[in-house]
Amino acid sequence: MPESSTIAVAMSGGVDSSTVAAMLRAEGHTVIGLTMQLWNQRRLAGRDGMPESVQGRCCSLDDVYDARRVARQIGIPYYVVNHEERFERDVVRPFVEEYLSGRTPIPCSLCNNHLKFDQLLIVAQQIGADCVATGHYARVAYDKVWGRWLLKRPADLSKDQTYFLFGLTQDQLSRTLFPLGDMTKPEVRELARQHGLALAEKPDSQEICFVPGGDYKRFIDAYLADQGESLPDTAGDLVTTSGEVIGEHSGVHNFTVGQRKGLGVATGSPLYVIQISGASKQVIVGGDEHLYSRTLRARRVNLISVEDLREPMRVAVKIRHRHEPAPATMERVGADEILVTFDQPQRAITPGQAAVFYEGEIVVGGGWIT
Amino acid sequence: MERIYLDNNATTPVLPEVFEAMRPYFGERFGNASSIHHHGQETRAAVESARESVADLLGCRASEIIFTSGGTEGDNLAIAGLVKAGDHVITSSIEHHAVLHACKHLGERACEVTVLPVDDRGQVDPDEVGRALRRNTKLISIMMANNETGVLQPVDAIGKIAAEAGVSFHTDAVQAAGKVAVDVKRIGCHALSISGHKMHAPQGIGALYVRKGTKIEPLFYGGAHERSRRAGTENVPGIVALGKAAQLAKHALDRADDQKMALLRDSLEQGILTQVEDAGVNGDGAPRVPNTTNIHFEHIEGEALVIALDLKGLAVSTGSACSSGAIEPSHVLIAMGLRTERAKSSVRFSLGKQTTAKDIDRAVVLVPDAVARLRALSPGYRRQAISS
Repeated sequence: MPESSTIAVAMSGGVDSSTVAAMLRAEGHTVIGLTMQLWNQRRLAGRDGMPESVQGRCCSLDDVYDARRVARQIGIPYYVVNHEERFERDVVRPFVEEYLSGRTPIPCSLCNNHLKFDQLLIVAQQIGADCVATGHYARVAYDKVWGRWLLKRPADLSKDQTYFLFGLTQDQLSRTLFPLGDMTKPEVRELARQHGLALAEKPDSQEICFVPGGDYKRFIDAYLADQGESLPDTAGDLVTTSGEVIGEHSGVHNFTVGQRKGLGVATGSPLYVIQISGASKQVIVGGDEHLYSRTLRARRVNLISVEDLREPMRVAVKIRHRHEPAPATMERVGADEILVTFDQPQRAITPGQAAVFYEGEIVVGGGWIT
Repeated sequence: MERIYLDNNATTPVLPEVFEAMRPYFGERFGNASSIHHHGQETRAAVESARESVADLLGCRASEIIFTSGGTEGDNLAIAGLVKAGDHVITSSIEHHAVLHACKHLGERACEVTVLPVDDRGQVDPDEVGRALRRNTKLISIMMANNETGVLQPVDAIGKIAAEAGVSFHTDAVQAAGKVAVDVKRIGCHALSISGHKMHAPQGIGALYVRKGTKIEPLFYGGAHERSRRAGTENVPGIVALGKAAQLAKHALDRADDQKMALLRDSLEQGILTQVEDAGVNGDGAPRVPNTTNIHFEHIEGEALVIALDLKGLAVSTGSACSSGAIEPSHVLIAMGLRTERAKSSVRFSLGKQTTAKDIDRAVVLVPDAVARLRALSPGYRRQAISS
């Protein structure tokens, strides 16, 4: 990055992105604050058991207010750009459809791929910014030897968000800054205090931004009702790993691999969801030992540190956000399919989640578990 | 940074003469205009003098002017005040939301509402108004000039239709007053709303003309202010300012300043259109107020253009002012038959009395530059450029 450039900061109204804006401004860059309005939090409020109040959520008026106040305080121009239509098409709709197909989606990755590092990056460049900075905990570096932009894990591994960023292309990475990559969360809060930001103590957001309260089943009901659609009937049989039908279930979207509660059957030993079949509407259950698997297949793969995968590669693979990367070998088995073979069987490999490949702190790439 | 303001349909700066006129009423002349004593008499005189200036601008009697808090209140007072349950109201699809939403609310209260379409130039057809009349039609509310396109509506013809049918006619003249001659007798309306801050008076003041003999139900109850049609202590500084602004507007129209402004607007329009391809004026060919042009720029998001221009010091808007970003494309442009993409690519430029030829020259440089940058980075535009 040049000494002084024009940087658009994606401001969510939270402490991380606010601190990024304040830091970059203090470093002498020309900073433009942008907030993406992605979802109307009032749209489903109070509907079908959804919470009435949605304060303190991303895209709520409170967050826009907070971001605007920070921008005013540090003296940068600030704008809200509306991308609700694209967010609904590329994030919310797929989220609902994935669940209804028996998979467990990660909307944050879709949002990063389609909104934050695509749409927002385009708008940022259009309005004269050289790059976009966000409050993600991750690092970007250019590898001169291989001539590639690298995505790396941050200093604070407890806040590592690289799992959600595996879809970034070389072009996107070349125009992206993660200024918090070398900092810990307490350091960020301290910096926010030093910059006099009133929201230094604002709690972190945890849940999916458009699902207030975190109850995705209610969200799906409310969303479909809002669309004038009825919930498709995905009810079916509850089947054991040996093929025995032991009951019925209310719909595949109510389950996720590894789930134990809410199966509606009582047996001597604990039962878990082992597999969900969207096509046959079967939910297959079994003992804990059936949850372990040594292999997974990933599609819609994006490679970052390497241009292509010509021969098998030793990596560590993360299969969900809160998962310690596990040693494995990955190899290409199709034009857009990668087979990952773990050294040790992994518990609850879940279709719809991402498999992200690491080589030390470097993100090799990632794909969607099929 | 040098800043140029071309968003005068959103609000206008208070003219220095207007500010000077209102200034004493924040300080030494503070009386309540309803008080018996000296202080009250002083402000009462100022209020009534302002009422005469506003009446003079609109061609009516002072007693026919009700001061309001602005255009929205005037529109709501006219609509809610003239219509009762069971009545039928005719309005148009390009009205300001102050009218459209007020009519929608009526619809929820046992009234019937007809929303008329417009042609591709953004005009209501008076014949359609005539055809929409019903036995229980009580009110026609059609604006005089549209806030987004500046297109003037055939209010004189609609006024005649209303008179023949014995129906009340309200027109929202918020974007017309001060820009073109507004004569309530020529229009033949029963009610007409104006807003101070669209004509170089401050925000928070407006007026509603109500023809003598027209019975109107108030929105507010309380004291007998404004001949019991609008309770509440008068906003004296605002009223004085509106009076002064009306006086200045009248003089300017008498001097044909509107034609000078139209020339400036036309040079802005031509300056942009000769340099930018795939762009055009929305409402082209229709009569318009002299200060407004609404231009579509294919393959860009109007929202991004507004931001890009603001960062260069030029203030314009996408027409629908909404701080958290507009979700829906402009209802006005869609009603005119524009595709969603074209409606979203549209930007409004609106001039004010303070706008200079130098401002326009600068805008004519900034806009083509910004559009070129936006298009160069627009995936859709690049695809099209390659395939064509």
